[in-house]
Amino acid sequence: MVKVFIYPATSLILSDMVARFGHEPIGSALGIRERIQTPGFESPPLQITPEEPKKGLKWAAVEVPSGVRGRMAIYGPLIEEAEAAIIIREADYAFGCMGCARTNELIQFQLRQSGIPLLDLEYPSSDEDGVAFVAAIREFLAGLGGEEGAA
Amino acid sequence: MAEYEPQYVGTVTKYVFIDSPLMTPKDLAIHAYEVSEGVMIKETCFGLQVTGTPDEVERLIAEVRALDPTHIFVKDRGFPPGDERRCRANLGGARPGYLGHEFEMRRVRYITKGLEAAAGGAVVPAGTAKRTPLDARKLKEMMEAEEP
Repeated sequence: MVKVFIYPATSLILSDMVARFGHEPIGSALGIRERIQTPGFESPPLQITPEEPKKGLKWAAVEVPSGVRGRMAIYGPLIEEAEAAIIIREADYAFGCMGCARTNELIQFQLRQSGIPLLDLEYPSSDEDGVAFVAAIREFLAGLGGEEGAA
Repeated sequence: MAEYEPQYVGTVTKYVFIDSPLMTPKDLAIHAYEVSEGVMIKETCFGLQVTGTPDEVERLIAEVRALDPTHIFVKDRGFPPGDERRCRANLGGARPGYLGHEFEMRRVRYITKGLEAAAGGAVVPAGTAKRTPLDARKLKEMMEAEEP
């Protein structure tokens, strides 16, 4: 089983595809879950404290806006533990957890610089594209090793 | 700062989406309740939210997915069900993240086609021949030629 970072990190399609073919999807939900299940003297309801932008300094410089550094405090550890990644180019939506364009750019940069196996795709817009999309993901994940689950 | 005590520590929450001509979210919920064995289930307009220990949730999802494998999609969720920071009963309007799911659900029918082809053992080339737009220079030449 390989940990595969999915971009967009909130993608339902990629999350399901990775899990279906026997690997572990790494997305926003994991970082969020860890944060909100951790007790402490932090700032409810969103659990963001001034410490987050400081942690984000590991991945972004001090002149980068604090919002980007705060988001990287969640995404950075996920990227570091990822062993492969699937990226949807021009995903056409970026709101919620994926609503910060600069963070999105930084995430993609980090993934491409990390040296892990990458698969670049675009969302399908026809049945034929869908067949090719699933086949590409399946082939990529099979090549990572580990046990492939039932389709 | 206020002290924060989390709920549902040690659990995982997953979405189960269904977009099927054969089943509704309600049908899915009924089947899920039959095999829940204590796992928390919340029925939604698009499927379910399932909360429990990781092993329990994985077992339930495996049984539920078997009902219609190519039309059921599963995703992790960070917040537990009914969390006041995300539940629209508290916030009003669409739940944060809903619009992203709505966007992708417009494409899952293509994924279903892909999964059906994969299950059928179809050998499909991974690459897709991308249609290239008409070059502006070529368009200009066609216009100047005034061909019928």
